[in-house]
Amino acid sequence: MMGLRRYWPIAATALAVVVLQMVLSMTGATYYMTQITMSAYYALVVIGLCLLMGYAGQASLGHAGFFAIGGYTVAFMTTVNLLAWRDTGLIRALHSLGLVVQWRNLYGAEVLSFSPWPAFIAALVLTGLIAFLIGMPVIRLKGHYLAMATLGFGLIVYRIVLGTKALGQADGLSNVPPFHLIPGLEVNGRTPFRIENYYIAWITVLVSMLLAVNLVNSRVGRALRSIHQSEEAAHSLGVNTYRYKLAVFVLSALFAAVGGALLTHYNGSIGPSEATVMKSVRYVAMVAIGGMANLWGAMLMAIVLNFLSLRGVFGSFDDAIFGAILIAFMLFAPQGLLRVPRLRSLATLLSRRSHG
Amino acid sequence: MNFPLIVQYGLSGITVGSIYAIVAVGFNIIYSTTGIINFAQGEFLIVGAMIAISLYQIVPLWLAIVLAVIVTTILGGLIEIVFLRPARDASVLRLIVITIGLSILIREAMLHIWDEKVHFLPYFTGTSTSTITIFGAHFSPQVLWVLGVSTVIVAGLTVFFRFTLLGRAMRACADDRMAACLCGINDRWMVTLSFMLSAGIGALAGCVISPVTQTQYDMGAPLAIKGFTVAILGGLGNSMAAVIAGLLLGLLEAFVVSQFASAYKEAVAIVVLLLVLVIRPTGLFVRREIGALRAA
Amino acid sequence: MGDVLLETKGLHRSFGGVHAVRDVSMQVHRGMIKAVIGPNGAGKTTLFNLIAGTIPPQKGEVSFQGRQITAWKPHAVAGLGIARTFQTTKLFPHMTVLENVMVGRHPRTRSGFLAGMLNLPCTWREDCEIRDKARAILEDLGLARYAGETASNLPFGRQRLVEFARALATEPVLLLLDEPAAGLNIYETKELSELILKIRDRGITCLVVEHDMSLVMNISDDVVVLDQGRKIAEGPPQAIQRNAEVIRIYLGGDCGPSQE
Repeated sequence: MMGLRRYWPIAATALAVVVLQMVLSMTGATYYMTQITMSAYYALVVIGLCLLMGYAGQASLGHAGFFAIGGYTVAFMTTVNLLAWRDTGLIRALHSLGLVVQWRNLYGAEVLSFSPWPAFIAALVLTGLIAFLIGMPVIRLKGHYLAMATLGFGLIVYRIVLGTKALGQADGLSNVPPFHLIPGLEVNGRTPFRIENYYIAWITVLVSMLLAVNLVNSRVGRALRSIHQSEEAAHSLGVNTYRYKLAVFVLSALFAAVGGALLTHYNGSIGPSEATVMKSVRYVAMVAIGGMANLWGAMLMAIVLNFLSLRGVFGSFDDAIFGAILIAFMLFAPQGLLRVPRLRSLATLLSRRSHG
Repeated sequence: MNFPLIVQYGLSGITVGSIYAIVAVGFNIIYSTTGIINFAQGEFLIVGAMIAISLYQIVPLWLAIVLAVIVTTILGGLIEIVFLRPARDASVLRLIVITIGLSILIREAMLHIWDEKVHFLPYFTGTSTSTITIFGAHFSPQVLWVLGVSTVIVAGLTVFFRFTLLGRAMRACADDRMAACLCGINDRWMVTLSFMLSAGIGALAGCVISPVTQTQYDMGAPLAIKGFTVAILGGLGNSMAAVIAGLLLGLLEAFVVSQFASAYKEAVAIVVLLLVLVIRPTGLFVRREIGALRAA
Repeated sequence: MGDVLLETKGLHRSFGGVHAVRDVSMQVHRGMIKAVIGPNGAGKTTLFNLIAGTIPPQKGEVSFQGRQITAWKPHAVAGLGIARTFQTTKLFPHMTVLENVMVGRHPRTRSGFLAGMLNLPCTWREDCEIRDKARAILEDLGLARYAGETASNLPFGRQRLVEFARALATEPVLLLLDEPAAGLNIYETKELSELILKIRDRGITCLVVEHDMSLVMNISDDVVVLDQGRKIAEGPPQAIQRNAEVIRIYLGGDCGPSQE
């Protein structure tokens, strides 16, 4: 099998993840795992966005919108109470198929709602559909027009989740049940399951990285990079630039939706703060600082920056620091953190030279 | 809906619309000279108003406003010199990202220097309750100030760009930077000047609208989006059209508020933006061929 | 001369008030090298853009191998076997020379997103084939030692050659060359002539826009002359050299036949 070299950062990361877990467990500092797990789910968005922005060269200032669509769909479907319709034919059919289950929520109330798997599938389908419909007209635009259009999209999602009663308005949706992946393994935020969820999150990230790395090194990946570097030449070489850009847009939206859905199950809730412009800007910042066309850089930045932010290291200057880092990197290290000369050896360790 | 009500809504629409128009004009000035969309445009309005509000505590109102405009103008120039000049040959994406970062920084700075509370300048003439009545519609004299100041700004800019040497130099730079350089025009200073000008008119607009809409540290971003929508609607770089488009958007918002819930007011601009970008990105007033925005 | 490979009928395109191409009709026969010449602004690159699909014509048609391809998009045109190079080299600057040429294999290969992400065994074979073919072309053109080099680092003449290699990688039936000799010195131009002849001998038809008269006269079987968007002459190189109208548009006024 050719090109095995591309996979060893995945192995290295996996090793680091295991080592980190053991260290944290031994020192009794397992509470860090919560933030790391959350950061991992945010990293999924960043990986998808890196494919879109770094490789295909298309800006998106609205990716928090896709994250929110994924999370809210899952939250809504698993918490909407269909008990009143329990005896209708449709609900009974869904119940017998196992798509709808009855359970007891935190307040002891009986709830009849969709089970997590159908909700998850629905979230992906819905996000993919919306991304396709939005992407079709928007992906034709260039530069700041595309940026603005995606910004507008993100804003609309925010307004919708903030204003819709059924979606909890400013309070969002809570009481989201855990996600039974397979018998014995579920995504939830409870303390005894910390280590289990830590690994679930990381496996999801590593699988996503695997897919992304494969894509980037494939015929399609080369076509995407060619679109970014000279769209006209790519077009003349038989690359259907419109279709590819749209496909990457939808793909990156799906990555974000997966992150949103899983994090919602982990946190047990989701709120409008996940759909703000600031969130979208953060994702862009992480891709930019990681090095635009550098998957590993993006993932690393996503984990590190989100972790620091979640632990409150930045305090009330959180947004300001992101803004400052963003500007600093765009001015002084546009190739990203890993291309700064002193860190170059680390860079060659973590990323393939041919990217970016 | 009776006539006075129509006049009422219409007037409120034009008032707000003229502010959007000023923001759009600010966008256009910078865009024409540099090709950059300045995401931080909206912040200039808020910064100007905030500075004026603080200064008002120690100097008379008119002086506070004048000083605020001057300070913001200088700030605009400094921002360009410090943050944008080093990135002259950067890609569009990078520049967009830088101005986004700037808008965040400015907003957060305002949060920490002032606070998150709502502030406002006093009404320029009269008080918050004084009203003028025309055709049965009641409105505050501040509305006349807003319309007046906006008209003066637009007229002033028109004269500046058409009849003064400096204005023409800026237009030359916007048209063809290389050629302008060859004529001895210092293009780097033209760029700085464009930022200063945009910041200045933004600050003035922010001050004049402050008594009516009040001022809060995070109002810059929504203003920027609406201003951008207006600029695109009129066609990027076309300031006359931006004015008309601004009034149109203001009226549209007023109409929506009058017929539906006011919660939808915010959505109007976004929907207009998306529609324009998708259907006619070159704007209402520009021939299709001329804009080369769409990918092949 | 073989059958008609490419034909344009009454092509017309203007930009604003400028008529870039006016009623241009011509045929390119299989296996020939046809040159398009004319003073600057004559509409030569626009003609290429109309054929290749970069811009649609306002009137007229283009047909390839008997099939109407008027206003087809560039990627579809490439899929039919028409490749082109550009007046200003458009390489992918941050990709290696090898990767640049590998992208050239795109229209002849198939694996898509899913296959790419999953990296299945069936795509390994295709990937190997892409890499091998690309390498072979680089060897052929004497560029093998630059394979791992970032494209933008190469000297100008080599960059043009890489763009050539990339176009050849698409296994074209018709090759459109837009001023391939621009910016090349005498030796490089001679190498270029030989290369184009070699390509023709392999069965690839060439349509060349060029200013360099020695190149044109040496290698072309047929020449089309454009001036201000109109076709004013067509025929074998020797006849074009002696054509009074052609001489007039290049040299202006009364001049005797030139000896190029």
